Amino acid sequence: MKHTAKRSEQVIHALFFLLGMVAVACVILITVYLVFSGLPAILQIGPGPFLTGKVWASTAAQPQYGILPFILSSLAGTAGAILLGLPVGFLTALYLAKLAPPRIRALLGQAVSVLAGIPSVVYGLVGMMVLVPAVRSLFGVPDGAGLLSAIIVLAIMILPSIVKMTVTALNAVPQEYEAASLALGATAEETWVRVTIPAARSGIAAAVVLGVGRAIGESMAVMMVAGNAPNLPDSLFQSVRFLTTAVASEMSYSSGLQQQALFSIALVLFLFIMLLNALLNFILKGENKL
Amino acid sequence: MNQPVITVQDLNLWYGQSQALRSVSIQIPDRAITALIGPSGCGKSTFLKTLDRMNDLIPSVRVEGQVLYQGQDIFQTDVNQLRREIGMVFQKPNPFPMSIYDNVAYGPRTHGTRDKKTLDQLVERALRDAAIWDEVKDRLKKNALSLSGGQQQRLCIARALAVQPRVLLMDEPTSALDPISTSRIEDLVLSLKEHYAIVMVTHNMQQALRVSDQTAFFLLGELIEFGETGTLFSQPRDKRTEDYITGRFG
Repeated sequence: MKHTAKRSEQVIHALFFLLGMVAVACVILITVYLVFSGLPAILQIGPGPFLTGKVWASTAAQPQYGILPFILSSLAGTAGAILLGLPVGFLTALYLAKLAPPRIRALLGQAVSVLAGIPSVVYGLVGMMVLVPAVRSLFGVPDGAGLLSAIIVLAIMILPSIVKMTVTALNAVPQEYEAASLALGATAEETWVRVTIPAARSGIAAAVVLGVGRAIGESMAVMMVAGNAPNLPDSLFQSVRFLTTAVASEMSYSSGLQQQALFSIALVLFLFIMLLNALLNFILKGENKL
Repeated sequence: MNQPVITVQDLNLWYGQSQALRSVSIQIPDRAITALIGPSGCGKSTFLKTLDRMNDLIPSVRVEGQVLYQGQDIFQTDVNQLRREIGMVFQKPNPFPMSIYDNVAYGPRTHGTRDKKTLDQLVERALRDAAIWDEVKDRLKKNALSLSGGQQQRLCIARALAVQPRVLLMDEPTSALDPISTSRIEDLVLSLKEHYAIVMVTHNMQQALRVSDQTAFFLLGELIEFGETGTLFSQPRDKRTEDYITGRFG
């Protein structure tokens, strides 16, 4: 009897181990696949011309595969989204964590959750139908689809993760810290700025990194509002293509070196995401140390 | 008894529907140590937190009655100014997660002191007064959380002293500490009464007997007896005080 109990336990252990390994296996599989399918084109084109080439003309008679416009567009779009989304998200979080009366807190919290659940194609659609025409008429440019529209859509899309992470970080600050500050005669506002927010800073930094990850990885919504011409992002109204949309927009009809180059773009994107993950781990680890 | 620095008249306090303080009247003398004793839930901590209005933070609190600090109604004065004058040391040491120096400098900086030299002097004096200067003078830039519990509590006392208060409220300041740290804090408190009025909540009757000049005994939100510590412990007037201090309940 005892023997069989042990045996069944072993079986269950093995099963859970296998299930746990599924996620790990997927990551390894994707990494290996991307490296193998992405490297050949980079080697053929040359890492220099590929990464720093300013012209992407994959279907020209003399094709050129420079992805600098995509890299810079992705970076500009993400930076813009953070610049726009972080202050809004941070202040929303501060309001939710510290100021909002319970009823408004519940309502706002719900709204933020719904915002997180909206499919990106819906963001793209609304962006396309409302934002793009608005940008066109507001700034008097021939086409509203471009970097600015992408930035605005991304800024809204990263709000939920920034708000939620920041609220969690602010709420995790021990009440004793705030009590100590108030007891010294500091006002509530001084206490937030000088005690609560600094104590929550690693959580807030993690929120920013998550936002960056979301923005840099988004493809559908960006594709619908960014214009998609492979230009360098030299103006806010320039029609641009991100790393993600560069892969998505040509994949369906590509072949040969062009297709391989798309894999290479995916590899570059993957490296960016890995870098962000490493940064996130670093930040969260730093929190546990003194 | 010295001049009273705080005068409480008919103080009633409710948390929602339940009454936590019942018609408390007491005079807190200056430059002396007043101990508040009584069983858990008797209202002594609530009373302490009323004096610097830290109870304001609890939404359902309702207060009636009068508390005068230096003749001024504390519910009419600016709360931040009041808390500068009436400092507080908490039960659990709660230094900020920043350097030792920044912890002590926090109060003065908040109240507008920016000059580096002035801050240095204030920090050193507060740390000396809190009897911790010798232990930390070489590591002022180290994180305060790296100190031991007893050191953290003395640092918190230094932080409270740095804003130059008149009154120090202490909510069981040694209950989270070992006996050696406790006796250091007790010595410190005794040395501080030369300059400050100290009100100290304690669960430890020996401690009240060792350090305090006056003792107030609370029971079920009422102030049962208040008097000179030696007298209260040797000849309590009230039967309930006697029962409590002889260990019959609580």
